[in-house]
Amino acid sequence: MKAKFTVLIVLAIVLILAFLFVDAGGNWDYIIPRRLKKILAIVLTGGAIAYSTMVFQTITNNRILTPSILGLDSLYMFIQTLVIFFFGSTNLTMANKNINFLISVGLMVVFSAILYKLLFKREGQNIYFLLLIGLIFGTLFQSMSSFMEVLIDPNEFLTIQDRMFASFNNVNSEILLISVIAMLILALYSARFAKYLDVLSLGKDHAVNLGLDYDYVVKRMLVVVAILVSIATALVGPITFLGLLVANVTQQMFKTYSHKVLLSGSILISIVALIGGQLVVERVFTFSTTISVIINFIGGVYFIYLLLKENKSW
Amino acid sequence: MVEVKNVSKKYGNKHVVENVSIQIAKGKITSFIGPNGAGKSTLLSMISRLISKDSGQIVIDGHDITQTKSNDLAKKISILKQSNDISVRLTIRELVSFGRFPYSQGRLTKEDWKYVDEAIAYMRLEDIQDKYLDQLSGGQRQRAYIAMVLAQDTEYILLDEPLNNLDMKHSVQIMKVLRKMVDELGKTIIIVIHDINFASCYSDFIVALKDGKVVKEGTIDEIINTPTLQEIYDMEIQVETINQNKICIYFN
Repeated sequence: MKAKFTVLIVLAIVLILAFLFVDAGGNWDYIIPRRLKKILAIVLTGGAIAYSTMVFQTITNNRILTPSILGLDSLYMFIQTLVIFFFGSTNLTMANKNINFLISVGLMVVFSAILYKLLFKREGQNIYFLLLIGLIFGTLFQSMSSFMEVLIDPNEFLTIQDRMFASFNNVNSEILLISVIAMLILALYSARFAKYLDVLSLGKDHAVNLGLDYDYVVKRMLVVVAILVSIATALVGPITFLGLLVANVTQQMFKTYSHKVLLSGSILISIVALIGGQLVVERVFTFSTTISVIINFIGGVYFIYLLLKENKSW
Repeated sequence: MVEVKNVSKKYGNKHVVENVSIQIAKGKITSFIGPNGAGKSTLLSMISRLISKDSGQIVIDGHDITQTKSNDLAKKISILKQSNDISVRLTIRELVSFGRFPYSQGRLTKEDWKYVDEAIAYMRLEDIQDKYLDQLSGGQRQRAYIAMVLAQDTEYILLDEPLNNLDMKHSVQIMKVLRKMVDELGKTIIIVIHDINFASCYSDFIVALKDGKVVKEGTIDEIINTPTLQEIYDMEIQVETINQNKICIYFN
């Protein structure tokens, strides 16, 4: 266990250094701060996605779910489109990224609260029902977004399109500071929930039997997930497929139930994967592709592998 | 003592449990019997707060369960449902250690581990305690879950069909352990059980439910006789006494 952590930490540091200094071309004053910002965004996104997916999978007791199934990142895009549709891209809420970010996060939290009321409160909740509703919501948001996109001015559409694809090449750096603060608060807040997560992974009945206030914990964890997804999506765009990849690799690697280990492990793996991927995008493909393409490709292959493997164990 | 007062539960328009009032004696095994859909499991789940009740009151040792902290209840009453699908991969020892959660909140002390070791020893799982749950047979797995409940060290233990999918040998093994837990450790056990012969041979009291209502409750002698069983199951069941045990013959 310790050895695995050491390897991951060393790998992360080596990759970060490589990212910072390879091909810097002597223009240090200009290049290094820019790359530092990118690294910071990657670390934040990686952490947010790994954490939120892991927690979400524990809450739902399902290893192939990600928050994006519940339509959380389509909702984020929907909110962005909505604001541009009604107020235009030059409007204060759109132009001031921090205000925009806070409004979006607020709405995401409200949405997840409603979803919780609808889905988790009813007794005998069915995971397939949850999936179905989530998919419908996701599609609904996407369709409404594209409907509005068709109607608006093409220049405004470019602003939206800019955010639709995950890419670290145009990080939304204005909200870096507020993201860092939000992440720190969330980390402090959710640290005390780690022990509850272990129990939650046994399923609802066992958790209640062991004295967990199930509603209290799940509600709060869902809000944390919603905020983390907002942060990740706001920084680079929808990229939650990464979460599926990372969460499962972490499971394979650490084979434990302890969320302390799983969460920190998945955050490290996520950071390594993202920085590694971005290095490949920038140095090997010289920006001819984006990291979301690579992640979706590898993620897709891995997903099929998972399905085949699960199938075999029957 | 567990007191159930006028408890009802509806799913849609159907009353699953209707106006049930029972009292469960301390230090005994009480079996809930009755046909499918009688509301046995629902009643058990309500007593253990896994599902909410629509009306009525459940009081455990003088504390109303809706007004008691969940963590405090977890030190008093434990439940084991019939299907225990756990999505994480755990060894027996890890599973049993979860039983200490109400006391340790995940940070097990030496004393907690002592309880874990005792529970594992009590269920005779020492040799396989580091095996993963998915490597076990049905009987071993059921024993592992009961060990977890034992480690939880509650006075009241509720089991929903603990013999489900077990063969005769393992069923007897489990029932003997339950009997021992009551006689030696002074636990109070409530089980939902389908095999009336196991209920007849191992329990002290029987509560018979049908269509969400209590049809009859009492000792073995009061329940296990042809007229009463006829009322509960709508079929004629012959009762013979073999070695002082009342055995029901219902195969033809």
